[in-house]
Amino acid sequence: MTTKGMITQVRSFRLAQRKGYWTILLLLSPALIAVLVFYLAPVILTVIMAFTDLDWRFDWNFIGLGNVERMLGDWLMPGILQVTVLYVIGTLATFNVTFAFILAVVLTSVGHRTGTFFRSLWLLPRFSPPIVYGLIWMWILCPTRLGLLNSVGEALGFARVDWIFHHPLAVIIITNGFIGASLGMLIFTAAIRSIPRELHWAAQVDGAGWLQDIRYVIIPQLRWPLMFITAFQTLSLLTSFEYILIITGGGPFFATTVWAMYAYNLAFGGYFAPFQFGYGSAMSLVLVVIGAAASLFYWRVFRFRTMMTEPGIEVV
Amino acid sequence: MTHTETRRTITFDAATVRRQQRQQRTRKLALHGLLLVTGLPIMVGYVWLLVNSFSDVLVFGLIPERLTLQNWAFLWEPPSPWLPCVWRSFANSMYLALGMVAAVVVTSTPAAYVLSRMKFPGRSAILGGTLILHAFPGITLLIALFFVLRFLGLLDSVVGVFLIRAALMMPFAIWIMKGFFDNIPWDVERAALVDGATRIQTWYKVMLPQVKQGIGAISVFAFLAGWAEYIFVITFIHGTDNWTLTSYVNALIGDWRFLDYGLLAAASLFYLFPVLLFFLFAQKYLLHMSVGGMKGGG
Repeated sequence: MTTKGMITQVRSFRLAQRKGYWTILLLLSPALIAVLVFYLAPVILTVIMAFTDLDWRFDWNFIGLGNVERMLGDWLMPGILQVTVLYVIGTLATFNVTFAFILAVVLTSVGHRTGTFFRSLWLLPRFSPPIVYGLIWMWILCPTRLGLLNSVGEALGFARVDWIFHHPLAVIIITNGFIGASLGMLIFTAAIRSIPRELHWAAQVDGAGWLQDIRYVIIPQLRWPLMFITAFQTLSLLTSFEYILIITGGGPFFATTVWAMYAYNLAFGGYFAPFQFGYGSAMSLVLVVIGAAASLFYWRVFRFRTMMTEPGIEVV
Repeated sequence: MTHTETRRTITFDAATVRRQQRQQRTRKLALHGLLLVTGLPIMVGYVWLLVNSFSDVLVFGLIPERLTLQNWAFLWEPPSPWLPCVWRSFANSMYLALGMVAAVVVTSTPAAYVLSRMKFPGRSAILGGTLILHAFPGITLLIALFFVLRFLGLLDSVVGVFLIRAALMMPFAIWIMKGFFDNIPWDVERAALVDGATRIQTWYKVMLPQVKQGIGAISVFAFLAGWAEYIFVITFIHGTDNWTLTSYVNALIGDWRFLDYGLLAAASLFYLFPVLLFFLFAQKYLLHMSVGGMKGGG
């Protein structure tokens, strides 16, 4: 082949390659633009705003770590921190991991039809509009005689109770737990189904009963899913407050105001001096940092790295 | 499950077999009891929506004394003068949900194809970036998103909300679709390319028909997410003309709580109806694919 021919070939190859890049860019750009404008830009904005005292006047005054100082001096923070910790750990320990696991075990032990019915039932709240799910709980817990618990209680001779007022923490843990349990249920169910049958057989030959089968076969086989759900749900719970906002509104007083909700209320809430965008962003940012720290902690403790395998991606 | 049946084959004498059968029956009964008791609040709650929406007085909170259609009057006549027509809110909810489906499908399908099949600089950075973004859940970005919408002039509009929700869902949708593209054998695509089709033609005519299931799955999820959206609607949409059903029911609860649960139940059931339809007809997707859906409440 002549030099000239080679040069033209290289040139046409480069041309084709460049054309390929344009195709790639064309196909990627809608998603890239959307993510840049509505996801990446807000992330960067949040970080910048966290260092300002931005409020309803929309003045971008940079105040360094002023918001962190304010946070440390905020008389509401100790209470909010306590509620957040109790809410996250309480929901995780009761519903999102433990009960989800029990549900998965029970639903794989009963008949197929029963299993499918109850799986759908538990998923229904997850896909219902939050306001509808919230209304159902408002009715169940309603302090008047119209509420389910109170009307049944009255018929049985008990006095009426204002459930939200007297048991605020239990209310938010239960109402969120009924949503949270279904994710663990799905993941654990899939994991239980993929346990090789031989393991169960081996356990039975060794004389294991049903409970021993759970203890010595299922739980060890579900180590990773259990850890994954614990880590994943910690993050979800830290940053979710929709159902709390609907059902208790953060009250009575601040008894159910979790960290993420406090940050939200600082900016958009109706109570005391709203539109504190700067301080609210700082609260959000610190929460994300706490979440990242929690992930790192889980990563270390659970040794997630040993679970990671290279994703199989084909490349031309 | 299989292991409970196989146990019987390894025991021999009749007495043991009978004892074990009895044990199994008791256990089965106990398990069903457990399922019923724990699932009761959900069952009662949703049954109540139905019952209360068609009755005016309930005994023991759940048993109707008299049936009526009065609670459904909101469908043709606003219950208070300042509320918008419920059908307008319904249309806005549809607009939000379908807008989100369109935005998610149109953007994530081509992106997933490129990330699954093509080699280019920045590919792994993009894939890793989508995972890092997950550290920032949408709900922590509300304040910043308020400024983005204000800048774009999209505050108080349905379009603004569905664009945000679509963007937040995109990393998840892209990963799902990428999985579907990864599963198509290379030879199919190569055959089309050898026959002289361009990459875009190949994508459109050969690949797309093979990932219909994936598109169906992300569409169902996008629709349900858009339809149920609460926090972004409540925060960013205020004008009654732009209200979705979430705003509508929210306003009703503010007005009528403790007074008229019949109306609230009817309006909620009306709002819930499409979700129930999906539960009947798209259960397959919901039961197997909801893994990875980030959702409030954990």
